[in-house]
Amino acid sequence: MLKNTKEKKGLSYVQKGMEGQELPYVLIDSIGGKHGVYEDHLEFLKKHFQLITMKEYLENKKFLSENIKAVYMWYHKPVINEGLLQSLPNLKVVASSGVGIDHLDLKLLSSYGVKVSNTPFAVSTDTADFGMALMLASSRRLVEGYQMAVSPNTEYSPADCLGAEVSGATLGIVGMGTIGYKVAERAKAFEMKILYHNRNQRNKEEESAVGAIYCKKIDDLLQQSDFVLLSVSLTPQTHKLIGKRELELMKPTATLINISRGLVVDQDALVEVLQNKVIKAAALDVTHPEPLPRDHPLLNMKNVIITPHMASATKKTRRLMMENMTESIEAGLRGLPIPNEVLL
Amino acid sequence: MFRFTQKKCGLSEFGGRFTLLFNAWRKHTQPTAAVLPSRSLIPVRKANFRGLSLPDNPSLRGLYSRTPKADVQVMAGEELPGVLILDVGGTHGVLENLVALLKKHFHVITLKEFRENKEEMRKKIQSVFVFENRPTIDRELLESLPNLKVIGNSGVGVDHLDLKMISNFGVKVTNTPHAVADSTADIGMALMLASARRLVEGCQIAVSPDTKYFAVNWLGVEVTKATLGIIGMGNIGYKVAQRAKAFDMRILYHNRNRRKEEEEAVGAHYCEKMEDLLQQSDFVMLVVNLTPETHKLIGKKELGLMKPTATLINISRGAIVDQDALVEALQNKVIRAAALDVTYPEPLPRDHPFLKLNNIIITPHIGTATVQAIRMMTEEAIANILAVLNGKPIPSEVFPK
Repeated sequence: MLKNTKEKKGLSYVQKGMEGQELPYVLIDSIGGKHGVYEDHLEFLKKHFQLITMKEYLENKKFLSENIKAVYMWYHKPVINEGLLQSLPNLKVVASSGVGIDHLDLKLLSSYGVKVSNTPFAVSTDTADFGMALMLASSRRLVEGYQMAVSPNTEYSPADCLGAEVSGATLGIVGMGTIGYKVAERAKAFEMKILYHNRNQRNKEEESAVGAIYCKKIDDLLQQSDFVLLSVSLTPQTHKLIGKRELELMKPTATLINISRGLVVDQDALVEVLQNKVIKAAALDVTHPEPLPRDHPLLNMKNVIITPHMASATKKTRRLMMENMTESIEAGLRGLPIPNEVLL
Repeated sequence: MFRFTQKKCGLSEFGGRFTLLFNAWRKHTQPTAAVLPSRSLIPVRKANFRGLSLPDNPSLRGLYSRTPKADVQVMAGEELPGVLILDVGGTHGVLENLVALLKKHFHVITLKEFRENKEEMRKKIQSVFVFENRPTIDRELLESLPNLKVIGNSGVGVDHLDLKMISNFGVKVTNTPHAVADSTADIGMALMLASARRLVEGCQIAVSPDTKYFAVNWLGVEVTKATLGIIGMGNIGYKVAQRAKAFDMRILYHNRNRRKEEEEAVGAHYCEKMEDLLQQSDFVMLVVNLTPETHKLIGKKELGLMKPTATLINISRGAIVDQDALVEALQNKVIRAAALDVTYPEPLPRDHPFLKLNNIIITPHIGTATVQAIRMMTEEAIANILAVLNGKPIPSEVFPK
């Protein structure tokens, strides 16, 4: 099949790699714009792959469907459904950007013999940094303060923007994986008391390195924390992990910070508890859906900070993600063990 | 402008000395009264005066106020010393819960009460509690208070006080360096993170009525492993370094004096020349006090030396930065962004060019605007004022140069 490629007409985009062999065909959604693969990543990607956009694929399905061996899924696009899987018989690898894989039907992909990879480590430090940024911004009322500082009305004093200390407060980390642990490392320097709840207790060295105390029952964490930070992955077990009951266990002076997935929180319950001052505030990088409908109550609350799912949004990290994905695809296509493979 | 020299003390020496003084003060004011914890819904942190050992029951942490509520023993016939404040509550007055703290130790007199009854009040006022730079201490006020002994400032900066003039009246000035340190370091970190990660802009996008979807190509810059240059490594600067270290940042610092011991603890590198720090830093944080030497410390030249990808963070005083030069630098992208908790004046006039830039975050001087810090500042000011009035060693006196 591939040997005939050169003779096919109209395929001026056929590329060759360093050793003169043809580069594997990889499906992407689009290039540039608000959702596409970054233009400044193209140079690197094109050294490794023959990139085929969805548009190009649809225009030349007959030939391309046989040749596409991998999908480079950048921010959940292109969407992979059964129809696509059926029309890509030689698809071997799907590389997904970011650490979350709740948008993928792993069972379906596995049934087609397709392997999946994500980028858990690339995102971890930026996400931990962003968790800290949200906690500080919320507690110190930074966004409100900014609005006061630039608004036409100048009659205010710092007392109008009185916040609460982060230093020395109690942070409860729900989900102490790679990201949660990095949050703990940072929080320690603020002399915070750190509690954590996790499927499994971490070993003593890890705990004592950050001074974290294990709470086997999430209730204990919720009752004692000034800040509750969610850094779990979204699974059937963590779906609506934080509901009305959990929110009511929290202190009335506590803040909820979500850097996981919107669905980990029962959003309607959250709206209610914020309105009734059952908890003090919330800072959410993730919601469900994203973005929220423009008339959603969370958008109008003074004690809520919402950011547009940007916890891993730095140039360096996105580049690292791209490189990791490239590595995973190449390994998968060569039949080698796939770095960052996601197993069922 | 104003000249002063902070009493030079090593940190540990200071802390130890302060512990003795503070404990002595407490013994004096509460000889037998038990400490009654009171239930407070506000998470209150143990007063973190360095080396201080207030009674600390860990099981009560977060639930109970740390401030002893025992009443001061008042001898029959003895009046509490008078303290002058601007006002109780209102836009610029002392917060009501803080006035309650003052009333335990002083006869609190507002400026209005003083003006309405000068003859009676003038001799009673032995101290002034300056809160958010008010009341203004001018010659006229000093002349009208014959028994004034001390001005207790809430906060560490005293650039709003004419120390020489005040000293000429035989009045002492004290500030609150310990109470402000953690919260100010925190706001420095908050501003650095918010600016680097474009948090404020992000919030605006998230709630804007025009937002239909979130773009994936909207990026900030990393904080972890970046280089932070701290200009002014005093109490607050050091706490910033401690926090930055946990973010794996490379830390450079420029200070009047090198601090070798502390350097090792936080992995900071000393830059004898500020230029070296400016050229290498991704984030430049200003943590100096305002003196004639630091006035317009960061001007066009300094901004020009910074990386075009760098961010300037100011948690000191507005006048340390040449604001016009900063406007220009931000407009021409000489530096990437700025985050200022302090400006000159505060607040800025509504037509100031800063307010039109999109690569700047400004906050309304909230470096110590936490429930806990404001309370601790009042407590520290009270301790200082009482030390002066009782002829005891003063924990944080500030001297003119």
